[in-house]
Amino acid sequence: MEHAEGQQQHPVGLYFKIWILLFVLSTFSYLVDYLDFQGYLRWTLIIIFMLLKAGFIVAIFMHMMWERMALICAILLPPLALGVLISLMAIEGDTTFLIRSIVFG
Amino acid sequence: MTQSSQGSDGESLSTNENLDNTSASGVQGLVADWASDVEVFKDVPWGKAMMWIFLLSDTFIFTCFLTGYMTVRISTTVPWPIPSEVFALTIAGHHIPLVLIAIMTFILITSSGTMAMAVNFGYRKNRKVAAILMFVTALFGASFVGMQVFEWTKLIVDEGVRPWSNPMGAAQFGSTFFMVTGFHGLHVSIGVIYLSIVARKVWRGDYEHTNYEIIEIAGLYWHFVDLVWVFIFAFFYLW
Repeated sequence: MEHAEGQQQHPVGLYFKIWILLFVLSTFSYLVDYLDFQGYLRWTLIIIFMLLKAGFIVAIFMHMMWERMALICAILLPPLALGVLISLMAIEGDTTFLIRSIVFG
Repeated sequence: MTQSSQGSDGESLSTNENLDNTSASGVQGLVADWASDVEVFKDVPWGKAMMWIFLLSDTFIFTCFLTGYMTVRISTTVPWPIPSEVFALTIAGHHIPLVLIAIMTFILITSSGTMAMAVNFGYRKNRKVAAILMFVTALFGASFVGMQVFEWTKLIVDEGVRPWSNPMGAAQFGSTFFMVTGFHGLHVSIGVIYLSIVARKVWRGDYEHTNYEIIEIAGLYWHFVDLVWVFIFAFFYLW
């Protein structure tokens, strides 16, 4: 890297561009609600805008894209385990809903 | 690397360390033994590595909360209150959905921008500008908490939302809402205090002998708070 002693030195203009980009993406995700998109279009757009925003914050603002591979792996790989929790709880929630629908009519 | 060369390297290392560390015993020995570990995150200040590990644990806590919210929302047979209508405000006779939440989102993103600039000016050794930018960030954070107080008040007093019931639909709405946004609001409040303390010390010049990585470490926490809001905004307010 061009910076010395592990410093994260980048041009200020880069932060401005990401800042504006996050503004635009937030406006888009607000418009999804304001224009009342429904169904799969709504969920897809919400998820895309959310992941883009999260990605830019972690990569640029938190400087993750300039870190060494050891740190990137140590921080970004463990949260993948949460995917298991979310999938299991989604199945569990569906089962509970089904049973409640049958029992409580 | 072959097994034999690794073994001999390890032996020579451990004998050297034994000479250095076994002189200390008790609590001092405990500290000396742990401190003899090799450095994993090269070129990363230890405070920054620790902040990242703290944020990793916080990620698991917030995901557990949001997963709990997902589970109760999927499993309830009672209709879920429509967030777009619950969080709408009437301004000058116009009924605008989610307007306060949108303003809160923009404020948090702006505070993230000023925080990133503060980190940048810190590494340029321009501590006065860095401290001012950190104070501005803390002010944005405080205004975010203020708006959240307004939002909670409106929800509790005007719309009658309680953690155990609400007039709009599923009772779980109140409990998950207050828990998730309350925990996030607590993070923002702590962040405001944390940033103010660090900003004051930066302004005084307490960190002149360092590279000002302390601002980046505080910044990591602040950006994380913004990051969590991105997910809460998508899953709680837009879904």
